[in-house]
Amino acid sequence: MIADNLKEIVDELSIFDDALEKYEYIIEIGSQNFDFDESYKSDKYLVSGCSSSVWLYCTKVNDKLFFHSDSNAMIAKGLATIICKVYSGNSSKEILNSDVKLLEKINLSEIITPVRQNGVASMQRYILKFAKDYKDGS
Amino acid sequence: MKNFKDDFDFFKHSDNVYLDSAATSQKPHSVIEAQSDFYKIHCANIHRGLHTLSNKATQMYEDARTLCAEFINAESSRNIVFTKGVTEGINLLAHSLSGYETVIISSLEHHSNIVPWQLLSKNIKVIDVDKQLNINYDSYEKLLIENPNSLVSITHISNVFGNENNVKKLTSLAHKYGCLVHIDGAQAGAHIKIDVQELDVDFYTLSAHKIYAPTGVGLLYGKFELLEQMRPYQGGGAMIKDVSFKASTYLDPPLKFEAGTQNISGVIGWAEAIRYLNSLDFGEVIEHEEKIYSYSLESLKKLDDIVVYTDAKNLKSALSFNINNLHHEDIGTLLDKQGVSVRTGHHCALPAMKMLGLDGTIRVSFGIYNDEEDISRFIRALKKSIDILRRHK
Repeated sequence: MIADNLKEIVDELSIFDDALEKYEYIIEIGSQNFDFDESYKSDKYLVSGCSSSVWLYCTKVNDKLFFHSDSNAMIAKGLATIICKVYSGNSSKEILNSDVKLLEKINLSEIITPVRQNGVASMQRYILKFAKDYKDGS
Repeated sequence: MKNFKDDFDFFKHSDNVYLDSAATSQKPHSVIEAQSDFYKIHCANIHRGLHTLSNKATQMYEDARTLCAEFINAESSRNIVFTKGVTEGINLLAHSLSGYETVIISSLEHHSNIVPWQLLSKNIKVIDVDKQLNINYDSYEKLLIENPNSLVSITHISNVFGNENNVKKLTSLAHKYGCLVHIDGAQAGAHIKIDVQELDVDFYTLSAHKIYAPTGVGLLYGKFELLEQMRPYQGGGAMIKDVSFKASTYLDPPLKFEAGTQNISGVIGWAEAIRYLNSLDFGEVIEHEEKIYSYSLESLKKLDDIVVYTDAKNLKSALSFNINNLHHEDIGTLLDKQGVSVRTGHHCALPAMKMLGLDGTIRVSFGIYNDEEDISRFIRALKKSIDILRRHK
């Protein structure tokens, strides 16, 4: 499921040959994300390691986890939306059992810069931590 | 008008609009060749072997020291300590200059002129700036009166906003109150003719890589009697007169500050960069850079929703701006995707950013190779970036 979600995103991004168009698509994905409760915009949910501010929180519906994100920068918001979309709708067990190197394997470096890769890796760490917390706590 | 791009290999391989020379400059062909030739033809260690190769390498290294001294009009090559760059120069000064527990800095300093003093628990006093981000001289003199016999350590040109400080005025005021003066010349070396004797500074630091030379090289200029009083920064080979298990004695400056094998090829490359700059008409260079700077500033000021943080008269080398309601990082990334390299973020000057209530800016900075076509392409790419972001806002 997670791998399928990721493949879908990669396929969509691969339509664009031009790097600028690829980024515009990432921006567009972020601009359509209204799934964020503003009350979570606090330091507690701030993802450290991103060069812009990214907030990320998790909700649980029937054993499935859903991730919600926002950012003060539009590209970071688009990337956070993508990462959240990849992991959302899965159980904590499925998330923890997924290949953590998946993001590296899709040649993310061709899409985003090293600085952004650090940010994306930080978002992924937060998602895995949420999954672990939910597994331990429930 | 000379096309400076022809002298730089980088532009033969790339049509990038490079507007990040304040981070590091591109290198002329002759500099790359000189560094490569050292390894191909002259490679040997300096100051120790008595064989021909070592003597030749030592000669080249010491000739470079003389060229560097001439480059900033130092009294002699004895005043020039080779370092890794401004950061190491300031760390050396912080470590080796004793008796100066208070350091007066400006509010626009780079982290390299803040953190080294903090590491040694120096008492830091900060000068205010005015609305155009220039030094407030009332604030400065008040600090000098309250803290006589301190060290004043200030940037020559702000790496974020491009304001050039009046070093002569800063220095003469500081000396009136018994203070010593260090000037961080990181952003000045490529854009101003520096004359340390005319400025009467006690210390001056440079990073070679911002002046068309290799990375990992810089210098600390010091008045000789002050260098003599300072203790060594690092111990090791090449800086000692005699060593026993009980105690060691050291060589005279500058060698007592150059422990271990130095960046010989980098220093030789730097000498070549100075020869390159010496071959140019510096008046023409300054005129060209002023033209590019004004064209950039005027073009930017015409854009809607732009915030340029200062348009003071004394700007050089770099300028910072933001576009209202858009994030600097988004602009920087979209410019990059259109082949324009700028710097975004806090530019290693977090206190300055916090003072202005910012989490970053977009900085464009210039080298002699930038031309009007670069600026036109940058402005077109900037407009396109703004359009894309606004469309999805």
